[in-house]
Amino acid sequence: MIETDWILGALGGLVIGCAAALYLLVNGRIMGASGILGGLVDGSGRATASERAAFVAGLVGAPALAMLTFGAPQTHLSGNWAVLIGAGLLVGLGTRLANGCTSGHGVCGISRLSLRGIVATVFYIGAGGLSVVIFKHLLGVI
Amino acid sequence: MARNLFALLAGSLFGLGLMLSGMTDTAKVRGWLDVFGDWDPTLAFVLGGAILPMALAWRITAARGHAALGTAFPDKPDPRLGRNLMLGSVLFGMGWGLSGLCPGPAMASLSYNGLGGLVFLAAMAAGMKAAVPVKLRLAEPA
Repeated sequence: MIETDWILGALGGLVIGCAAALYLLVNGRIMGASGILGGLVDGSGRATASERAAFVAGLVGAPALAMLTFGAPQTHLSGNWAVLIGAGLLVGLGTRLANGCTSGHGVCGISRLSLRGIVATVFYIGAGGLSVVIFKHLLGVI
Repeated sequence: MARNLFALLAGSLFGLGLMLSGMTDTAKVRGWLDVFGDWDPTLAFVLGGAILPMALAWRITAARGHAALGTAFPDKPDPRLGRNLMLGSVLFGMGWGLSGLCPGPAMASLSYNGLGGLVFLAAMAAGMKAAVPVKLRLAEPA
């Protein structure tokens, strides 16, 4: 049985892929969320700061504008600040060490059959699964 | 100016695609990672949908010398895997499973995640800054 969520997922995925293709073919850049933001945060992307800032403005701003029309979607974000801070630190540190996240390694890397992208994706999905086992099923904190 | 305009457009499309696909809902992301619980395959449809246009885009780059705005296309990725890639991806995955947020959706859902979303983003930025000295210490193997 095909569920509506899967169709919306695939359609949304196509839009994400088109965004990445546009950024590659027009700007000549890899659309990796952690790389674009990380370069602004640690100063390594100073030479391309305005392009990065424009991307982030669209990424934050377009869903904010859509929310005004369609209402805010459910996010089920944890209200536990210790969880949010711990997870945020891990995501920030990990994605910059690995030089990429779900968009850079997952979408842009796998689509060019990059070994690094494929290995990174296997590792972060595996660790994500383990994390849910530990924090949900064993410790019950999420 | 054109660079910033297209970066804004790509970022906007990325944000809307994330919203449409349901990937700003941390419950759906954690559901994908929750193999031993109520498993939700939506993320696979999103990733699959996103990889299609990008695979096409990479084929176009092979036939052309540079991007539409003149920049050279990104170099072929380093084939070496290295400790940074694997350790970083494991840390990222742990945080991803804990929160259900990766960098793209963390920015896309900022306007409707309230204070918790800002706390996560601030922690993520701190983690990104912390990655710089850690990465220097972890020399890549030959």
